[in-house]
Amino acid sequence: MTSVPLTTPVIDARGLGRDFTRVSGPLLRRRRERVNAVHDVTFSVAPGEIIGYLGPNGAGKSTTMKMLTGILSPSHGRVRVCGLEPSRQRTLLAGRIGVVFGQRTTLWWDLPLRDSLALTRHLYRVPAADHAARLAELTELLELGPFLATPVRQLSLGQRMRGDLTAALLHAPELLVLDEPTIGLDVVSKSAIREFLLRLNTEQGTTILLTTHDLGDVERLCRRVVVIDHGSLAFDGDLARLRATAPTPRTLVVDLAGPADPIEVAGARTVRVEGPRQWLELSANPAEVIAAVAGAHSVADLTLREPDIEDVVARLYSSGRAAAGAPRREDPVSG
Amino acid sequence: MRVLLAVFACGLRRYSTYRVATLSSIVVNGVFGAVNAMVLLAVFDARPRINGYTAEDAVTQVFLAQSLIGITAIFGPPLDLGGRIRDGQVAMDLLRPVGFVRWWLAQDLGRAAFALLSRTAPTFAVGLALFDLALPADPLRWAALAAAVALAVLVGFGLRYLYALAGFWLMDTRGVNAVAWLAGPFCSGMVLPLVLFPDPVAAVLRTLPWAALVQVPAEILLGRTVLPGGAAGGLAYQAVWAALLLALGAALTARATRRVVVQGG
Repeated sequence: MTSVPLTTPVIDARGLGRDFTRVSGPLLRRRRERVNAVHDVTFSVAPGEIIGYLGPNGAGKSTTMKMLTGILSPSHGRVRVCGLEPSRQRTLLAGRIGVVFGQRTTLWWDLPLRDSLALTRHLYRVPAADHAARLAELTELLELGPFLATPVRQLSLGQRMRGDLTAALLHAPELLVLDEPTIGLDVVSKSAIREFLLRLNTEQGTTILLTTHDLGDVERLCRRVVVIDHGSLAFDGDLARLRATAPTPRTLVVDLAGPADPIEVAGARTVRVEGPRQWLELSANPAEVIAAVAGAHSVADLTLREPDIEDVVARLYSSGRAAAGAPRREDPVSG
Repeated sequence: MRVLLAVFACGLRRYSTYRVATLSSIVVNGVFGAVNAMVLLAVFDARPRINGYTAEDAVTQVFLAQSLIGITAIFGPPLDLGGRIRDGQVAMDLLRPVGFVRWWLAQDLGRAAFALLSRTAPTFAVGLALFDLALPADPLRWAALAAAVALAVLVGFGLRYLYALAGFWLMDTRGVNAVAWLAGPFCSGMVLPLVLFPDPVAAVLRTLPWAALVQVPAEILLGRTVLPGGAAGGLAYQAVWAALLLALGAALTARATRRVVVQGG
């Protein structure tokens, strides 16, 4: 360390990597091969940030999460979370972070939700008054009241997720790690959880690291995204810059008066036609294209569509592979 | 300690929610105990004394064993850990700020405490009502039995914890559980008191941890302990196995969590 950073990062991963040994083949001729699940991942997260950790299935997101929380030790590199070494100081670290895995639960299946939440007071050694105050606050924010006395096995997925979030937050952790927190939830539940997380971040300064396939989560919550693909870091920067790095054209949706041949104008390419509706991929100034289209056709309606983050990430993956894996990286918080 | 008491209480409350299961196990333990006792009575009808055991001793051991099935889980399960390793839920257990072994031990002691009230007492009462049992008058011997049962619970946990932990390496513990399901009842002296086995076999079985589950507590109750030091020797034997198993469990836990993969994405 040559310089003293202004703020100590909550997460500091340097050259983080994890290999697995995969055994395959018939019983007597087993082959062992080393699989590089995560390779040379470097990023750091400052206090108060909300980071989206994105990537396709199998990219190494969960493996990274497991290394950050200490349930998997890295094969290469080093990582510090809240100043601790996760795999060696797992139990200590567990007291300072909150973790929610969307597909798993910490709650006691057979007992009322209230009992699991009461247990966290002892688990994390939270003073009774603090615990009560925080539980009251979270109960109100996440609207737990109606099902506090219900056994967890009888809760809906959305209720259970709110219960798990509460259990992860009752000890006021510095860092909240969320692995697909909105998976399987309906639109209303998703939105409630997003608004809650934003509030938690702005009002209490809780740092949030989030993996998700739900790009609504990313757009609503994350100013900064880290994209991992094939185990390597493919991008680290803000969302707008991700869009610029993997430019995805805007789309003009044109509703004509009636079915017509594909529109041909300069600065756009018609990519889809469905009856009177046509989709044009823009390569020039939208205003000029719109003027050209309106001049040549009888237009009933026009919509300009921004590229979806999903398209952007997909484009980043495909271009990254085409460029033989040369990672694009910028590291705005490296010290 | 407060933490572990709270986990213990959750374990106790959790198992108390399975009311039908509890009731049906009392019936099963009672019926199997009666059948097992009648078979042994037929055996002792032919030979009234086998290696110092009388028919009454054998029937007493049978009902003690049936009463201990729930509390020491002689057959192996229940310990959710195995399933949680298999489906990756164990990740959540590793993310608690409490020692892993202690978490599971406290929970299992809660389960055992519930089983003591709900299964051990009623099953033994069934035996008392149907058969003549050889029960001591000496309160000291009852106290020794209580200690022996407590140690048997620890040994039972130590064994089951290891069965479950094998899942970290084997990915699937169904094979281990099948072996445990056979080894438990036979090696512990539950199906047949170890004194009825051929001497060399009994000698081997007496050195294994399963003997601490039934045979040793039964001999303490019957005042027939063959170990040097009498009841104290029996308790020491159990304590040594409990300590060994728990130490092995703790060591393997450290190894498992350092080297091994948590399943699932």
